Amino acid sequence: MGVKQKIVILFIMMLLLITAFLTIGADGNWEYVLQRRGRMVAAFILTGAAITYATIVFQTITGNRILTPNIIGLDSLYMLLQTFIVFTFGSLSVVMVRAELNFLLSTILMVGFSFLFYRLLFKGESYHLYLLLLIGFVFGTFFSSLTTFMQVLIDPNEFQTVQNRMFASFQRVQTDLLYVAGAGFILLTAIGMRSRRMLDVLALGRSHAVNLGLDYQRLVRHLLILVTILISLATALVGPIMFLGLLTANVTYEFMRTHEHRWLLPAGMLVGINTLLTGQIIVEHVFTFETTLSVIINFIGGVYFLWLLLRKEKHR
Amino acid sequence: MKLRYVLLLLGVLAFVSLFIGVSSLSITDLFSMTEEQREIFWSSRIPRMLSILIAGAGMAVAGLVMQQLTQNRLVSPTTAGTMDAARLGMLVSILFLAGAPALVRIGTAVAFAVAGTFIFMFILERVRRKDPIFIPLVGLMFGNILGSITTFFAYRYDLIQNMTAWLQGNFASVISGEYELLWLTVPVLLFTYWYADRITAAGMGESFARNLGVSYRTVINTGLVSVALITSLVVLSIGMIPFLGLIVPNLVTIFRGGHMRKNLPYTAVAGAAFVLICDIFGRTIIYPYEIPIGLTVGVIGSGIFLYLLLRRGRHGS
Amino acid sequence: MIFAETLVKKYGGTAVVDNVTASIAQGKMTTFIGPNGAGKSTLLSMVSRLLSRDGGSVSIDGTPMEHVEDKELAKRLSILKQSNEMSVRLSVRDLVSFGRFPYTRGRLTDEDEQIIDDAVAYVELQEIENKFLDELSGGQRQRAFIAMILAQDTDYILLDEPLNNLDMRHSVQIMKVLRSLVDDLGKTVVLVIHDINFASCYSDYIVAMKYGKVEMEGRTWDVIHPEHLKKIYDMDFQVQEVNNQKICVYFS
Repeated sequence: MGVKQKIVILFIMMLLLITAFLTIGADGNWEYVLQRRGRMVAAFILTGAAITYATIVFQTITGNRILTPNIIGLDSLYMLLQTFIVFTFGSLSVVMVRAELNFLLSTILMVGFSFLFYRLLFKGESYHLYLLLLIGFVFGTFFSSLTTFMQVLIDPNEFQTVQNRMFASFQRVQTDLLYVAGAGFILLTAIGMRSRRMLDVLALGRSHAVNLGLDYQRLVRHLLILVTILISLATALVGPIMFLGLLTANVTYEFMRTHEHRWLLPAGMLVGINTLLTGQIIVEHVFTFETTLSVIINFIGGVYFLWLLLRKEKHR
Repeated sequence: MKLRYVLLLLGVLAFVSLFIGVSSLSITDLFSMTEEQREIFWSSRIPRMLSILIAGAGMAVAGLVMQQLTQNRLVSPTTAGTMDAARLGMLVSILFLAGAPALVRIGTAVAFAVAGTFIFMFILERVRRKDPIFIPLVGLMFGNILGSITTFFAYRYDLIQNMTAWLQGNFASVISGEYELLWLTVPVLLFTYWYADRITAAGMGESFARNLGVSYRTVINTGLVSVALITSLVVLSIGMIPFLGLIVPNLVTIFRGGHMRKNLPYTAVAGAAFVLICDIFGRTIIYPYEIPIGLTVGVIGSGIFLYLLLRRGRHGS
Repeated sequence: MIFAETLVKKYGGTAVVDNVTASIAQGKMTTFIGPNGAGKSTLLSMVSRLLSRDGGSVSIDGTPMEHVEDKELAKRLSILKQSNEMSVRLSVRDLVSFGRFPYTRGRLTDEDEQIIDDAVAYVELQEIENKFLDELSGGQRQRAFIAMILAQDTDYILLDEPLNNLDMRHSVQIMKVLRSLVDDLGKTVVLVIHDINFASCYSDYIVAMKYGKVEMEGRTWDVIHPEHLKKIYDMDFQVQEVNNQKICVYFS
């Protein structure tokens, strides 16, 4: 099977899953159901595509397939912000109630943080890329320490609001936010797509990339910023969902079996979308809403990933 | 610095810490305590001080042992999934073994911590890229996986906020009768001191250890079990204390070089002192309220860890 | 010509490359030799812009290196390091195709395909060109990487210990290929090699380094001399002429 056929298959799968998701058990008020579920489908498409896309680019830059861009502490920062707002202003404060305000604030904070982060670390001496990630992780732990402290003190009733934010939710996404995030997403992926052939070269590692004439430092910095903005957008839109990218990116590599990003990236987006749709259908019809999509995805993603790490390593 | 002086400093700090707290109890009261003061002194202040010393020393030594076994200065119970495994074990024991005797529940947490640490070592052997900075990243990802499994169950049983509370290291709730479990750490610590040279030899690699007549597998396994025991006992009685096992051994190595058996007492004392200082700080800064140790160590530890990382990065390694 | 002037690289206060000035003659094969830790690879990395410099400058054909665009430089100078671990799974042909990237930015023409064919044939990997790199032996993999450099078709070719992992037959084969690049195509080849006899038998010039400095440089025939070698390596050498080539004997 060629790469093109595989992409067609993924695309058809997506159409089938969307149809299934929109129609299964949708009796009665069709207009309402379709509108509500349609909005969720849009959210799935955006986040599934954005996160997988960002993860593939990130893994190519870092030259390995077991890291996720979330490792630099974006999720922790998002949770810190949400917890801080509930802790100081309460769950009924305007930033908690008004979704667009929350979205804006979260995006600005996460993007601002990562800009500052990369700016500091890319200045002067060039640090080891893994070192950079580890430093990011330290920031993450720092944020989590503060978050945990506040979460323990929060009134249990108020905590419910924080808890809702801990898990990505696709139900509460608002239509106008979808437009904003969607526009940002299309713009960013279009920019990223222009580097698809350079990504093929980056995957060879730094010294080959430099030898073949890439402005490595600059390219990596730009791509990392692209990756963090994508992740920030997705996180601000629905909430943190750490293992999605890891799961879908690796499924994409296994399925596509090519090194060319012009195929990997579109395929990855489709896999991301399909994974979320499947997950939601399972949550609704197997678990009957007893758990949430992000908990399921993180669970499956985590276990799959553990298997990846433990299986006999043939090629990586 | 001689160990003697460090110990003296620790003693002074420990003594001072006894007289910090909400209920009034000053040094001058020491020999004329009221009934109430005596009660607080023996059932709260002393246990708290002791648990700090034990937990601080324990986590620092656990980190040192892990670093020797993996030959990687950035590995510790925080960055190898041990803490997360212990937490998962705690959740399992609460959910499924609620009626079982305490020993069974503790055993479960320890078993999970042991299993988690072994899986991490197993992954390490599989990972081809032995980049020293990559290894802790693998451990962190592994810890996150365990975390996601814990969350999966915690969410179903509506225990998220409780889990968060356990996650956070806190000495405030330590009172006599409930922290004694921690004392089990002490024999394990003494054992690692006695065992230190073998751990160093095994850390050099299988062929190196064989050559010295050390049974590689046995030493690695014994070392890992000790680490898991210490970590799970601390997590069970205090909570998670991030970075401790990472920064204390590294700081000690900077000042004293890398001989494990000689360093071990310093690491233990420095770990205890570090936690004690953080605790005193946390108890005084917003007096009469207190900041839990998880937060103080988390914040101060992040700073020190960053310093260590950047210092290392500058040497071009 | 590549000209490196007063190059410096420091790690934590100690200079690994200490004020080195060297020029690489056009259309010749120049080999860097010297004991471990002499700074040969570091120097090569700085000349090929893989490593930042702490001082000094490098010029290529009279233009300072930093004034040449990265894309342009990749058409004129190529570098192959010794360790080539990578995370993607590539076939030999995929890898060699990357050599054309500086010219095509990823879109191969028929002409490029022809150049790739030639490069693969040059290192005798035609039969296994569709095998994946992780299925090859160390020597085959090394030749695949050299084929990529050949496909890159640059005037200057820098190789850091290209004979690593190769047995005698393949070492000789690679050295012959490199020699013919110089003799037939007029390329400039720069090598770091540990085997003194390969350096002696194949290269035109030798630059000997020690403690981060150039200890000696000159025509191969002049440098390969017991007294000079003793200064470079701190051990005794016998040099014998066999078939008009100087062979160093240092095993006892």
